Amino acid sequence: MSAATIPTAPRAAGRWVLGVAALAALLAWPLLVEDEFIQRIGALVMLSALSASAWNLVGGYAGQISIGHVLFFGCGAYASLLGFTWFEWAPILGAPFGIATSLLLALIVGSPTLRLKGHYFSMATIALAELARIVVVNTPALGGAVGVSGPAMPRSVLDLSFISPLPYYYIFGSVLAVLLLFTWWMSRGRMGFYLRAIRGQERAARSLGVPAQRYKLFALLVSAAFTSLTGSLYAAMLGFVDPDSGLGILLSVKMVIAAALGGAGTLFGPLVGSAILVPLEEMTNAAFGGGGTGITYVVYGAIIVLISRFAPGGLAEIWTWLRARGTRRGG
Amino acid sequence: MILAQVVLNGFLVGAVYALFSSGLTLIWGMMNVVNFAHGDFVMIAMYVAFVAFTMLHLGPAIFVPLAAIMLFLLGVLVYYALVRHVMRGPMLAQILGTFGLALVLRYATLWVFSANFVSLPENLLGEVQTFAGLRLEPSRVAAGLAALGLTIGLHLLLTHTALGSRLLAVAEDRSAAMLVGIRPDPMQALAWGLGAACTGVAGALIALFFYITPTVGESLALIAFVVVCLGGFGSVPGALVAGLAIGIIESLSAFWIGPAFKDLVVFILFLAVLWFRPQGLLGKA
Repeated sequence: MSAATIPTAPRAAGRWVLGVAALAALLAWPLLVEDEFIQRIGALVMLSALSASAWNLVGGYAGQISIGHVLFFGCGAYASLLGFTWFEWAPILGAPFGIATSLLLALIVGSPTLRLKGHYFSMATIALAELARIVVVNTPALGGAVGVSGPAMPRSVLDLSFISPLPYYYIFGSVLAVLLLFTWWMSRGRMGFYLRAIRGQERAARSLGVPAQRYKLFALLVSAAFTSLTGSLYAAMLGFVDPDSGLGILLSVKMVIAAALGGAGTLFGPLVGSAILVPLEEMTNAAFGGGGTGITYVVYGAIIVLISRFAPGGLAEIWTWLRARGTRRGG
Repeated sequence: MILAQVVLNGFLVGAVYALFSSGLTLIWGMMNVVNFAHGDFVMIAMYVAFVAFTMLHLGPAIFVPLAAIMLFLLGVLVYYALVRHVMRGPMLAQILGTFGLALVLRYATLWVFSANFVSLPENLLGEVQTFAGLRLEPSRVAAGLAALGLTIGLHLLLTHTALGSRLLAVAEDRSAAMLVGIRPDPMQALAWGLGAACTGVAGALIALFFYITPTVGESLALIAFVVVCLGGFGSVPGALVAGLAIGIIESLSAFWIGPAFKDLVVFILFLAVLWFRPQGLLGKA
């Protein structure tokens, strides 16, 4: 896997050209498309890519498969809208508080849960998120089962309440760029090697002197902070959060699925996965007329099942297979 | 006396938890695959019971075995069509595959039956009896005792029959089992069939006294995960003890703190146990 990613000099130049072209396309396409429905899907892809990329730090690079990341997402979303409900703050001003709460929670729960191996870690994170959901459902001050809303009418630009989806696309995209730059920097440095060693064989890594616990915790903290920020941005865009949309298991699983589909532990995997899954979900929603009937999730679920059936390694597997075929033909 | 009633009710529900969790632990322990659709298997079995009773006018004596057979077939089908291929990939593929399956089952049911809560008549098995001051609801008592018996039966099947030995041999060492002439594929398919049949019986039994709705599987799956983690992966006796304990704890906390908080206590206890014993309550170190 790592051998394929070390570029030779001429190919590196080609990669730069390709990268710049891709970036330009990402920046320009929403301006060229008039349709607001498609622009909105673009913004949602960025949002999903953000949370999946944040998850990817812990779940992909460090190999600790958390299925409770919605806990941090919910912290951000709730901090934003509770800040408005209690103090009439612009939703985004609640983001630092959401991040602070998430970091605190990650510190408290991280040290014991990160000792857990494999499935135990996944199950503990599910239980934690579910715990938070039950607490919120039963606490009227946190909106209870009904949820909390943001400002009905935008009061200033700070409310981040826009009619067009375009501003959201660029805001989410900029935050994603920061996160991906950090991930790229991290994966190339000592920390990246340590995390990969931990993912590969934690015992061996420890015996070679990798402070596994400390690095896993650090990955979890950064991941929690970005997931929480994603929650705040989501709350600013949607202006509403309830226990299901802010703390439901489905959301945790969607982060895992987007990353796994595109390739967990790769830089652009979560973005690619989101770019496939979000349009799929929105299109089926539009075609079958919304959540109530449930047919959206039947189609969505069926496609995930088919992908896992025919390409258990995610799209990366198909990509490697295509490349292998290409080289065999002398390409 | 009321406390004895609460503990009894918890015990009876716990026996049903133990039964469907045994199915999960069998699959999990045998091939290290987490079935995220397990709760939805239980839900499907509940609807099998509901449809069999309301539309076909069949009694529990028929719809319980019917649900077991249908879910057994579903389990075998899922193994051959999906799990066998998913196992080639990383652990994430299992989450992708089985959670996708869960979504399909859950929302297809929602599409067909709508999100309404339905239930079977409470007195399907007769009226409430009072014995030594305890209220005995026939449906709960029958469901609990049947589940208890079947869980013990599953344990005996695994430990006291040649078939069980073959299953456990594949679980312990796939290649070694192949060397002594056991083909792993049919054994693993059988494990999926048995695991799903457990949810079939448990679902049909719990339908006797539990609300039925397409999303009920989510909370039942969480309970099964907790039971399996506490009891140790692959251990049916562990699932039995943990299932009964979870049932009684839920019942007591619903009584003392309030029904809304019963799962809260379960999850807190679960996390506390993992804190002190990261390998689970009865798991091996």
